[in-house]
Amino acid sequence: MRVSRIITVAIVLFAFAAAGGNAAAQQCPKGKLRLYTSWPMQGAMLPEGTGMKNGVDLAVSEVNGTVAGYCLEVVNLDDASPQTGKWDGAVEAENANKAIGDPLAIVYIGTYNSGAAKVSIPITNRAHMAQMTPANTYPGLTKKRGAAPGEPEIYRPGGYVNYFRPIPADDIQGAVGAKWAKRMGAKKVYVLNDQELYGKGIADVFEATAKKIGLPVVANEGIDWKQPDQKPVLTKIRASGADLVYLGGVIETGAQVIIRQMKEVGLTAPRTRFMGPDGLLEEELLKGATCDAALATDMRVTFAGLPFEKMRGVGAKTYENYKAKFGKEPTSYALYAAEGTRVIIDAIKRSAPVIEKAKDVTDKREALRKAIAATKNFEGINGKWSFDENGDVDYDTMSGFKAVKADTPIGCKFQFETILE
Amino acid sequence: MTGWEVLIQQSINGLTRGAVFALIALGYTMVYGIIELINFAHGDVFMLGLFISLAWFTLLGVTGTLTGWQLLTVLPLVFVLTMLTTATLNVAIDRVAYRPLRRSTRLAPLITAIGVSFMLENVALLWKGPAPIAYPDVFPSFDILREWFGVDSAIFLTSKDLLVVAATLPLMVALHYFVTRTRWGKAMRATAQDRETAQAMGINVERTILITFFVGGALAGAAGLIQGMYYNIGQWWMGYQAGLRAFTAAVLGGIGSMSGAALGGLVIGFLSAWSDQYISARWTNAIVFSILIVVLVFRPHGLLGERTADKA
Repeated sequence: MRVSRIITVAIVLFAFAAAGGNAAAQQCPKGKLRLYTSWPMQGAMLPEGTGMKNGVDLAVSEVNGTVAGYCLEVVNLDDASPQTGKWDGAVEAENANKAIGDPLAIVYIGTYNSGAAKVSIPITNRAHMAQMTPANTYPGLTKKRGAAPGEPEIYRPGGYVNYFRPIPADDIQGAVGAKWAKRMGAKKVYVLNDQELYGKGIADVFEATAKKIGLPVVANEGIDWKQPDQKPVLTKIRASGADLVYLGGVIETGAQVIIRQMKEVGLTAPRTRFMGPDGLLEEELLKGATCDAALATDMRVTFAGLPFEKMRGVGAKTYENYKAKFGKEPTSYALYAAEGTRVIIDAIKRSAPVIEKAKDVTDKREALRKAIAATKNFEGINGKWSFDENGDVDYDTMSGFKAVKADTPIGCKFQFETILE
Repeated sequence: MTGWEVLIQQSINGLTRGAVFALIALGYTMVYGIIELINFAHGDVFMLGLFISLAWFTLLGVTGTLTGWQLLTVLPLVFVLTMLTTATLNVAIDRVAYRPLRRSTRLAPLITAIGVSFMLENVALLWKGPAPIAYPDVFPSFDILREWFGVDSAIFLTSKDLLVVAATLPLMVALHYFVTRTRWGKAMRATAQDRETAQAMGINVERTILITFFVGGALAGAAGLIQGMYYNIGQWWMGYQAGLRAFTAAVLGGIGSMSGAALGGLVIGFLSAWSDQYISARWTNAIVFSILIVVLVFRPHGLLGERTADKA
């Protein structure tokens, strides 16, 4: 009896303390706004998923969780299926529906996989809810260049743009790659692509840009990447006299074979060099016999944005703050999650008067969507940028990497070489 | 490079590519000849041959390029070990998956073969994972024309090209000798012609089938090893791809005919290399298959297939 009374008192006291503490820390005269996030949070994706979650938390903590009288609450959802550990369209659709069904939800942050974004953008679009991705780079989500027929309109059933990305889309890499090739002194380029969405899109943009800036392109040829033998195509390239081979592809679609066999058919530096997009920027690529070949072909790779340690201004500060707060290096997209959340917070600040007067939740979301779309001259981690009419960033700051010898078991690595703009 | 140099270089490419196709095609055609089964799992045995040969190299402590004496000892040893492993695997597949269905409809083992193919792919997937595996550069790679003959030409003939030809030719010759000159070979040919009559003549048909699977598996293993050393890459789904091409080669040459399979493999190798050069890599598959269709329209039994009446 006595004991239970003590417990009751303790619980009551504790509850008071908790409530009091809450009230002291957060002032929300205007109520709560929820930020939903959705990306894989399990299996092999857990580190990156956690990194992006940390990024969002970092941005929210910078304003102590409140903006213009509203308290921000982050709801983290996982769009991976427990069976496969990978993103799943059904789960992603469920997450998006959960978000639009919550009257306090104001924005949707996600996804990681471009394929998952294809599922959720139309759902958030119908609800006038803005969606901000920290990681999708597939061009077709926002623009026609490098897209499939019907894109990106099919993701905008409402006819307006609700999807935004603070990270350059893949096609920019083709354009920046072509400029870099010219700067490196290439006179004649042979473009190969793996005939997949990502690779072909980048290769097409590379070709178009190269022609525009006066860099001759012999051909833009699709290869059968499932064939482990590309010597005939490479022999043709040698006969063509091209001094740079650009491959639009990823490590999974036969890039290793191309690089190795370039060496075998005599396509080596200084006569012929090799360049590719960030789909090839993986240590895995250099394993086995590829390391020597990558060195022999003087391999170059472009990468969207700057490596964290090369960032200046806001980027450098964000990088330091992230490391201080979480005690480890940010994952590839963690800082872009922070950037996206900052853009949202900034837009809430600007649209707070409209949000306040909005008669229902759809109007609130619409007000925020418009404010995000109007983001101009934002101080971002890669420098100042604005959203264009597609919801894409207008900066094309990239970095160039080069394969160099290294004292690692693999024998070589990719090293930052230059900033490309 | 002049036009002639390009043609010669592309022909070298076609020859090496075709030799590997031919080696795999032989396995398809042998099994088809004997039990009229299109053994869909054969391409996957080839794929496992690559993985298994890598395992043997690792077991024998080879991680880098082989040197002088190793080429004469370790390499033949790995050839033998790999071929024995895949041969045994192929026999086991027949014993478990095909033999119980020997007397059922022809469709049943075909479906089973597809099932076995999936199983082998998943075994490889579990074993090595989905990423491409890097096959170490075990065979020294250098340009023969320059290193041995001191000729500085635009044409590259590498030691690896030579390896492919030097390994496949003896295998094919040995197979030809085995089938045409030995008692087991004779039993194989008899079983292929007419299983019942062969049995009536006292031929142990089941043992003959076992030998066929054994030899076919050994060739697939050799092809896997050669492919690994030549292209330095392996992936769990490669068997399906290679199998499709090899099967096409077998049909082009005349399924059931051994010399046809060899010829078909080489023809497809040359055609695809030339097509890559003179037309476009994007069209190569379409062109190869168009030619296959044209050949089959005019020669339904393939280039070297015998015009035999359908077996009852």
